[in-house]
Amino acid sequence: MGKKTVTCTICPIGCSIEVSGDKSSASGYLISGNSCKRGEGYAIAEVTNPTRVLTSTMKLKDSGLKRLPVRTDKPIPKEMIFACMKEINSIEVDSPIKLGAIVIKDILSTGANVISSRTV
Amino acid sequence: MYEYDIAVIGGGPAGLAAAIEAKKNGAEKVLVIDRDIELGGILQQCVHNGFGLHIFQEELTGPEYAERFINELKKLEIDYKLDTMVLDITEDRTVSTVNKSDGLTNIKAKAVILAMGCRERSRGAINIPGTRPSGIFTAGTAQRFVNKEGYMVGKKVVILGSGDVGMIMARRLTLEGAQVQAVAEVLPYPGGLIRNIVQCLDDYGIPLYLSHTIIDIKGKDRIEGVTIAEVDECRKPVKGTERYYDCDTLLLSVGLIPENELSKGIGLKLDPVTGGPVVNESMETTVKGIFACGNVVHVHDLVDYVTEESRKAGRNAARFVKDKISDYGPVIKTEPGKGIRYIVPQVIRKENIEHSIDLFMRVDRIYKNEKLVVRLGETVIKKIKKAYMRPGEMERINIAAGDLSTENNLALTVNVE
Repeated sequence: MGKKTVTCTICPIGCSIEVSGDKSSASGYLISGNSCKRGEGYAIAEVTNPTRVLTSTMKLKDSGLKRLPVRTDKPIPKEMIFACMKEINSIEVDSPIKLGAIVIKDILSTGANVISSRTV
Repeated sequence: MYEYDIAVIGGGPAGLAAAIEAKKNGAEKVLVIDRDIELGGILQQCVHNGFGLHIFQEELTGPEYAERFINELKKLEIDYKLDTMVLDITEDRTVSTVNKSDGLTNIKAKAVILAMGCRERSRGAINIPGTRPSGIFTAGTAQRFVNKEGYMVGKKVVILGSGDVGMIMARRLTLEGAQVQAVAEVLPYPGGLIRNIVQCLDDYGIPLYLSHTIIDIKGKDRIEGVTIAEVDECRKPVKGTERYYDCDTLLLSVGLIPENELSKGIGLKLDPVTGGPVVNESMETTVKGIFACGNVVHVHDLVDYVTEESRKAGRNAARFVKDKISDYGPVIKTEPGKGIRYIVPQVIRKENIEHSIDLFMRVDRIYKNEKLVVRLGETVIKKIKKAYMRPGEMERINIAAGDLSTENNLALTVNVE
């Protein structure tokens, strides 16, 4: 693996952390630029499997409100974000709906459900 | 004329938390008034997550955060009036309102809590040269169009200002298929939180140009493009650095201003730096019985802190109604020293502090490895080491009641040293 730079989001300092493969170290990575221990785990996760909670809105039928705010109930791999957006935008939701109700189950086999983030 | 113990002006996060806390602390008749058709304020259009880390130890979306408070408000049977404008508030706490069903109505309250929040600085406030076409939105207006009304604002976007809402909208519009070409920030450091730079800009390859601004806007009916240039230390454009961007939309995320038209009408004192009312340790303004909390006092970066501050205002408004706030004893004035732009609260009456008090402040630029030094008169009462401070992140210092003097009229100063 080549050298990669990630900006840590754990605290307001926002260290610029360099990560490169290093077979001799316990974690398998050589990490520099972090000012605390927590930055290490963050940096390794960001270069191996970066994930994000996806939030968006969906078209809402038969309601005074036009869009329903939704989110995934757990983080999904970063590279799946645009594919999931396409899926989210292809579906209309019926009202009434409760906060937390599943609107798309296991979206694109990511293991995450898309849930309503408000009651309408 | 309706009579209430407490009237809360604004049903966003500040108003909701203040009303709930007032009721829990013994105020019987509490009323929340909001001009929108639903409670929750701007939270309802903030569909992204990251709210509630401090209060709930969870990462909620804006509507989820709002719904928890709205449910509690309803459970406590607190009254609320929606789609209602407050026209005027008098010094003796009469609130005049107007709406479609009741017409003009006066409400007499024993205490009033101002929780009107803030609004965005617009193009007129920053004087960008060029033509005046459509397609120029403040970031929050665009957020409302996209997330609530269901209208996409444009396809090719440039954003001026690196405030949090602007960065959040850069991601939001990208997810919905727009091409966000650049974010320009006139200051040499970003305005918003680092996590938003990473998760809203870096994640999507959107460039952030620091020390850059827009020097021209082109377009007759709809915006066609903007010219961005680098600026020097005096914020003057540097010749030869101009770049032209084709775009159909320009978003402005250039700062928030506490919304205090009603406060001015009451005649209470405003702090020229925060733009909000001068408040004391109880979140009471300079007019007796009128309290204020949240972004109407000073613009916060996290809603969690708005909730905390507003709970304090609600609790103290309830105490005021029961005549339990002391107006006697020593008064301390807080004064921002070197490197500090402002401190809230501005006045501390020691008698009203049970255990400790939190002081909120912002630094004037980025500082590394410095100390925040708190002095009461000449005496240093607290020193806090800070590895990193930036204007975008509010600083908080907790002062124990025991550290505050019983002498009257002492100044409490905070300096970056």
